[in-house]
Amino acid sequence: MKKYTYSEKKDTRSGFGAGLLEAGRRNTDVVALCADLIGSLKMQDFINAFPERFFQVGIAEANMIGMAAGLTIGGKIPFTGTFANFSTGRVYDQIRQSVAYSGKNVKICASHAGLTLGEDGATHQILEDIGLMKMLPGMTVINTCDFNQTKAATIAVAEYDGPVYLRFGRPVVPVFTAPDQEFKIGKAWMVNEGIDVSIFATGHLVWEAILAGEKLAAEGINAEIINIHTIKPLDEEAVLRSVAKTGCVVTAEEHNRLGGLGDSIAQVLASKLPSPQEYVAVNDSFGESGTPEQLMKKYGLDSENIVKAVKRVMQRAGSRKGVLL
Amino acid sequence: MNNSNVELLKSLASQVRRDIVRMVHSCQSGHPGGSLGCTDYLVALYFSEMYHNPEFNMNGKEEDLFFLSNGHISPVFYSILARSGYFEISELSTFRKLGSRLQGHPTTHEGLPGIRVASGSLGQGLSVAIGAALTKKLNGDDRWVFSLHGDGELQEGQIWEAAMFAAHNKVDNLIAAVDVNGQQIDGPTEKVLSLGSLREKWLAFGWDVLETEGNDMEQVVGAIREAKNRSNKGKPVMILLRTSMGYGVDFMAGSHKWHGVAPNDEQLNAALVQLEETLGDY
Repeated sequence: MKKYTYSEKKDTRSGFGAGLLEAGRRNTDVVALCADLIGSLKMQDFINAFPERFFQVGIAEANMIGMAAGLTIGGKIPFTGTFANFSTGRVYDQIRQSVAYSGKNVKICASHAGLTLGEDGATHQILEDIGLMKMLPGMTVINTCDFNQTKAATIAVAEYDGPVYLRFGRPVVPVFTAPDQEFKIGKAWMVNEGIDVSIFATGHLVWEAILAGEKLAAEGINAEIINIHTIKPLDEEAVLRSVAKTGCVVTAEEHNRLGGLGDSIAQVLASKLPSPQEYVAVNDSFGESGTPEQLMKKYGLDSENIVKAVKRVMQRAGSRKGVLL
Repeated sequence: MNNSNVELLKSLASQVRRDIVRMVHSCQSGHPGGSLGCTDYLVALYFSEMYHNPEFNMNGKEEDLFFLSNGHISPVFYSILARSGYFEISELSTFRKLGSRLQGHPTTHEGLPGIRVASGSLGQGLSVAIGAALTKKLNGDDRWVFSLHGDGELQEGQIWEAAMFAAHNKVDNLIAAVDVNGQQIDGPTEKVLSLGSLREKWLAFGWDVLETEGNDMEQVVGAIREAKNRSNKGKPVMILLRTSMGYGVDFMAGSHKWHGVAPNDEQLNAALVQLEETLGDY
């Protein structure tokens, strides 16, 4: 089992800011738009470097999405920035018609996704955005897990031709993936190989899955941990290969259990390799105010709940380890 | 503009109007009213005032671009594009039929040349046009971006988000137009949701505003040229087109009743006798 450690904690949104600056350096066609949240989206470095390629649109997200679609005509690669809630639910029809159906090369970049937005509460804590975005034909959906992966993903989506929803968050979290890594859209990352259960995690839950893996190992359970950063297109091959080996599944995500990563995995398995699955996700509810840590604990999105889900699913699977529990 | 050119444009408009009523009749579906009312503006743009290349390229560099925001008037757009040479006029017969590139509302999805963004869900085209205009500025491309909107469409809030942005950021290579026919599906705009003074509204939002009769070809051409003269002076330009919904077919004109209704066989014939066949029907 690989041991993961970290020397610092950083926010994934800062990874976006760093990636956007680098993407802007590499390609002069990269432009950025923001709806009055420059500081929150960490876009200031890009603005300082390329002021003529940045557009402040004010609190007008619908216009921002439409403008981004228009900017692609003539070859620009627009990155829009606002909170996940205002990046998706508020502008769903604009994304659907002007971006997705029109096949425009727009990168919708969304910070403060999920419960870890914290104290602002449920009005701002969208838990439905992955579902909304993955239902749009042609949309790529990515949810990153730490600073380095978010930076790499931002650079990668600039080089990919097509609409992308890139989801990241507000709080500082461990930086445990490699700096200057190559990010492959649609390719799952094997965090740790194992044989007893497959844990598929995305976003902030990847670190929790790693912690859960350590706790399980201490109890003699050898969990396979796979990071699904690209929820659409899903790396079906990686999912099937792992589950064929382990026979049972836990999915972990900072999202409503309806319509998120768990459902994407379940859909693949139901048709190709039916297997017991447990969800670590928000149980079809809104969030509320609190610190990120309090909320993740209250709504069951932490390593302890991943450990419990693993034990449940192994029991259901009747695996040899399950008998010991 | 000399008289012979105006006469030529008028004769083109007559053929386009024939195309519109025949297309809508053929599939017994679609929106003839707004299409007929905006025919003169689109004929003037595509056959006189816009520099554009029917060898279609999505990026449209060094070309004038047009965005139809009120996508339901697709019949006039399709006829204009076909008659301009973007695709064969025979394809007009496929409008709204299964497997057609001429979808009910315009889309890039089926690869129809001449379309640069999907429209239909209202209020989005001005934002797209602004984005395209900004890209032209970034690319050092001094051609214009045109857009067309319905007056009922101005009830969508996104229009006013876009209006504020364009003025604040001096998007002055943009010439937008509104089809002011005073009608929408449920009745006159003044009854459904009053628009007030559009001139005052757009002026207050920081735009340069022109008004013209929208069904008088000479005035329409003159207004577009005046709009070009006023462009690149720090303000986006708005042309308010005073039109009649259904213009050119007497029993369709001036009423919201023909917004989205197809003529039957008898009505088609009654319409066609009023519209001279100048280029040959598709």
